[in-house]
Amino acid sequence: MFSMTEEQIRRYSRHIILPEVGGKGQHKLLSSRVLLVGMGGLGSPAALYLAAAGVGTLGLVDFDTVELSNLQRQVIHTSADLGKPKTSSARETIEAINPGVRVIEHRERLGSSNVLGIITGYDLILDGTDNFSTRFLLNDACVLAGKVCVYGAVFRFEGQVSVFDPKQGPCYRCFVPEMPPPGAVPSCQEAGVLGVLPGTIGLLQATEAIKLILGIGRPLIGRLLLFDALEMETHEVRLRKNPNCPACGQGARLEELRDYEYVCESYG
Amino acid sequence: MAVLVRIPIPLRRFVEGRSVVEAQGRTVSQVLGDLGFRYPGVQQRLYDSSGLRPFVNIYLNDEDIRFLSGEDTPVKDGDLISVVPAIAGG
Repeated sequence: MFSMTEEQIRRYSRHIILPEVGGKGQHKLLSSRVLLVGMGGLGSPAALYLAAAGVGTLGLVDFDTVELSNLQRQVIHTSADLGKPKTSSARETIEAINPGVRVIEHRERLGSSNVLGIITGYDLILDGTDNFSTRFLLNDACVLAGKVCVYGAVFRFEGQVSVFDPKQGPCYRCFVPEMPPPGAVPSCQEAGVLGVLPGTIGLLQATEAIKLILGIGRPLIGRLLLFDALEMETHEVRLRKNPNCPACGQGARLEELRDYEYVCESYG
Repeated sequence: MAVLVRIPIPLRRFVEGRSVVEAQGRTVSQVLGDLGFRYPGVQQRLYDSSGLRPFVNIYLNDEDIRFLSGEDTPVKDGDLISVVPAIAGG
């Protein structure tokens, strides 16, 4: 049996009255632990809504401090937070929205030596990173640890969302087997990004995270959602588990993690 | 066969800004070849000296051609090919 305080019942009443959520579902949210990797454009909106929804524990991974050029899209940070570590700035906002959320700051750069230790304490991972090398590393770690990862990525006016559950479907590297070589794909820093776009994509990730915790609906496992803000179109393609995947394929068992070299360059 | 090709935003500057263009061919390879012939800027962004770039995924309708017959996959009139490059921004 679960119990909620009167304040919690009032705070989450719009969830609790949904038959698909109810008191039981809200209790699942309250006892869930979600790790947000990256407190940038994707992690910011996702953290705001996961906190408001009552996800019990939010882990925040980021090593950066808040810069002026972040504020065009990283809405969890404010002008008063310039220079602060992003994890601390995000924690303050989360606690102001919902003091019931337990926030764990991981103010470190994700690498092969710390990633497994960080992800192990969480039920679900949300990938809001901003480069291929961290995405590859995080994917490999999630495959090794059997963690489900809600993927989102943005570029200029386009976004992608999927759910990688290595037990049921493809992983990130079934979709992106090789990292683009230098000169191939630009980072947001170099190419720009429409500020509202990571908001849209980050909230689609948060939506998937909440569905997965509640066990409702049809998650984006084996499906890649593509969002084009200029045309205001979405479409979907299938992602299949690659039997020869270097991360999750048979016979390609990962034994240890390695750091990938950072790459960011220009495509198009 | 006339096939529609969905062009990702970074490559639209090579196709007069359009999001979908038409190209001809009987296989994915022929359609992409025709696309590259019509719009030369696209060619070098899809291919390098060893073939189709591995971080550019090609879908025929909603299926990854790597799980069909690759570039030899036959196409039919009205099919939609989507060019989906890997992106990593956050």
